[in-house]
Amino acid sequence: MSTETILHGHEVEEAVHSHEEHGQHDHHHEESFLTKYIFSQDHKMIAKQFLITGIIWAIIGGLFSVLFRLQLGYPDQSFPFLEDIFGKWAKGGRISNEFYYALVTMHGTILVFFVLTAGLSGTFANFLIPLQIGARDMASGFLNMLSYWFFFLASVIMFASLFIQTGPAAGGWTIYPPLSALGQASQGSKLGMDFWLISMAMFIVSSLLGGLNYISTILNLRTKGMSMTRMPLTMWAIFFTAVLGVLSFPVLLSGAVLLLFDRNLGTSFFLSEIVVKGEILPNEGGSAILFQHLFWFLGHPEVYIILLPAMGMVSEILSVNSRKPIFGYMAMVGSLFAITILAFLVWAHHMFVTGLNPFLGAFFVLLTLLIAVPSAIKVFNWLTTLWRGNIRFTPGMLFSIGFVSLFISGGLTGIFLGNSTLDIHLHDTYFVVAHFHIVMGVASFFGMFAGVYHWFPKMYSRYLNNTMAYIHFWVTLVGAYLIFWPMHYQGLAGLPRRYTDFSNWQSFNQFADMNRFISTVAMIVFVAQLLFVFNFFYSIFKGRKVKSQNPWGSNTLEWTTPITPGHGNWPGELPEVHRGAYDYGKDGREFIPQVEPIGANESKH
Amino acid sequence: MSGYLILAILVLAFVVIFQIAKASEYVSVLNGREKTFKQNNRINGFLFIAFLVLGLIAAWWCNDVYFKKTLLAQPAASDHGEKIDFMMMLTIGVTGVVFLLTQILLFWFAFKYQYSDKRKAYFFAHDNRLELLWTVVPAIFLTVLVGFGMFYWFKITGDAPKDSQIVEITGKQFNWMMRYPGKDKVLGRKNYRLTDASSGNALGIDWEDGASHDDIEASEMHLVVNKPVQLVIGAQDVIHDVGLVHFRLKMDAVPGIPTTLWFTPKYTTEQMKKITGNKDFVYEISCDQVCGTGHYSMRGVIIVETQEEYDSWLGSKKPQYVIVNEAAAPVVKDSTATVKAPVTSQPLAQLK
Repeated sequence: MSTETILHGHEVEEAVHSHEEHGQHDHHHEESFLTKYIFSQDHKMIAKQFLITGIIWAIIGGLFSVLFRLQLGYPDQSFPFLEDIFGKWAKGGRISNEFYYALVTMHGTILVFFVLTAGLSGTFANFLIPLQIGARDMASGFLNMLSYWFFFLASVIMFASLFIQTGPAAGGWTIYPPLSALGQASQGSKLGMDFWLISMAMFIVSSLLGGLNYISTILNLRTKGMSMTRMPLTMWAIFFTAVLGVLSFPVLLSGAVLLLFDRNLGTSFFLSEIVVKGEILPNEGGSAILFQHLFWFLGHPEVYIILLPAMGMVSEILSVNSRKPIFGYMAMVGSLFAITILAFLVWAHHMFVTGLNPFLGAFFVLLTLLIAVPSAIKVFNWLTTLWRGNIRFTPGMLFSIGFVSLFISGGLTGIFLGNSTLDIHLHDTYFVVAHFHIVMGVASFFGMFAGVYHWFPKMYSRYLNNTMAYIHFWVTLVGAYLIFWPMHYQGLAGLPRRYTDFSNWQSFNQFADMNRFISTVAMIVFVAQLLFVFNFFYSIFKGRKVKSQNPWGSNTLEWTTPITPGHGNWPGELPEVHRGAYDYGKDGREFIPQVEPIGANESKH
Repeated sequence: MSGYLILAILVLAFVVIFQIAKASEYVSVLNGREKTFKQNNRINGFLFIAFLVLGLIAAWWCNDVYFKKTLLAQPAASDHGEKIDFMMMLTIGVTGVVFLLTQILLFWFAFKYQYSDKRKAYFFAHDNRLELLWTVVPAIFLTVLVGFGMFYWFKITGDAPKDSQIVEITGKQFNWMMRYPGKDKVLGRKNYRLTDASSGNALGIDWEDGASHDDIEASEMHLVVNKPVQLVIGAQDVIHDVGLVHFRLKMDAVPGIPTTLWFTPKYTTEQMKKITGNKDFVYEISCDQVCGTGHYSMRGVIIVETQEEYDSWLGSKKPQYVIVNEAAAPVVKDSTATVKAPVTSQPLAQLK
């Protein structure tokens, strides 16, 4: 299909669409509390629902890490208050082994899926897609609403699993069977695991409903003149994220369903020749490794599902606040595309030491290290975007620069782990923990914070407090490095992940002081995040009001809406786009919004 | 008590920060947004360069303190490990240069090009030559790393030498069990349905297979220095992982799917005590794949020794088949006790 036909077909649809939406817009004031705030079909409200649910989950998931860091940092101290709160899980004020593994597992599950997937993509895909491509709303507001409520349902089930007698899932967020399949093998593999799997199934439904909506909206509802190559990079990133999710989440669903069968219906998909606690099981012929293939076929794209939206937002924010075009727009799109394709072809690098055929492993090494090329392009393009700019350190900009720093640090250690020869040594050590926390965890969080600080004025028509934002940024950046940099050394000493206690080991007991240090910093960083949470909720109601329509001097369409846009986003006609999103500093003008027609004497680039 | 104190301090700190934050909003109203913005911009620009400098110093200091506690400070104890250590240094070198270059540029640019009334941002949308440069150069470096990596990978995962010693290691919650093939150099067949620890068959060996009759079982692994060894790795209940940090190797133990791993130990345990300067040095097997609540305690021990020492140890052992058949009385092999098993071979002594 040529661009022309897309645009043409689009125009016709637009006329009908805008008419309908306009009708809705008039009814705006009659909306009840229920349809406005709870069962809302307005993408902006759904985005806020995702964001606030994500924040609540992030507090829970972060708190869990503080709790198990207490155990790691202070293994010989007891904390009576823990017993007051958690009862039998923390007898004598010490976190029990079962509880430790439950905390580790839930920390990973919550942050990977509920915060950095739903909280990040859910928030910014919903919020930004219609606003940045010039649409009234998502392709289907109803499916979009369902997407949130399935996420909510998944949240409720996962949250409920924290309170059952045998505890939540405790086999690591990767839930490898047979451990996760056999109730006899672990407390956490009893009812908690069924809850985990059902919750994840609901989560996948939510993610698919959302993803399909994002893709169809971006492809079909772009306003007049908004060709694909005029879209801001946030849109490209979110588009590829949605494609990744739609193609890979169903595979995890199949793994989860088969695991439910193995657990409850006596099948042997993942089980073979097992003797557990002296009991001989009848299952034969299954493969525990099959599950890992199914899991990582989602699991690896998942890290890009987390990272790509952050990359997109950072690209946008870096450009806006450097007052310069993003360097190499097409290369940025191309590298996003390359990462998306490669993301599907590298999953087995998580499985180099499972007995994987070494010949097959070689291909996965090659493809994995190939990802470093588009990643390098992105980093150098970001650096060049800053070069000779006129940089404003808004809080969003600070977090974007922090993102680039963390992405470099964490990305480079990926070159170690993706090389199977080194992975034999480093696999499942703290080196891995340090690597993925920096590149996927903290970096994506930085992208998310950057997005929140940058688009908060559009979300709530108020600003976040700058001073609190600066403190939040600096404590988090310094803290993140203080926590995860030393962990590489633990990894180089071979310390295995997921150990509650190292004191009985000759080879691993030399890091007691470092563990105490890391735990202390982790607590400080956690408190700094609470400062952000406070700033967020306080500013929704009491923040400084936004008085100008385009506070950052930005080119993109969301800043052409009214300061507080209603459902339908633009009161009159939809804006028409005449140029790409990155004409900053062109022909001596600070910025040229996308809606401005190309001038007669304008230079080409 | 101290808990409440910490809580009180936290709340107080929050209130103070909040008041400062609010006050700064008022100040910016009084001074004008423009002035406040410039002031904040200067502070943050300075902090970026300060962060870079202090960060690099801290990284140096961290290396100074902790390098000696890592395995890089001692030689790898296997031939494969030496290759892996070389790969490691090479990768650290390459990535280290890139790390320094990009981080310094990032923070330097942030500082150098911070907002100024006098500067106008330079319109620079793309440059094919530059983009080609940073596509090709990383690709070349990666090709080198992949090349070395693949060369060693196939060496390490290739076939074990014909004369390798064979040791079977089986993981279960939460200990390791070893089996040696005996004089015939063949491990007897196993059938998991025959597993019965109480009658001396914790590994599920099929006694019908004559090759099993001279197999020797033990709770620790004895290896001969400078002699290649092939591990035959299995698991009974859940996935475990044979982690051999000093040899720089590991391999999963998967129920139903045997895996293998081979290497040549280079130093005896006694030699390693001298090399590391640690008189308590011991080769440890760690479980590196989460396997349940006792995961962190799933510890095994390897003793690397000379051929003579090994022969005399093996000579002192009775095949499990003999032990089982001799014992009309109940067998006292308690295979679950290894969680707290001492470093030395106490349980074996009991069996004699």
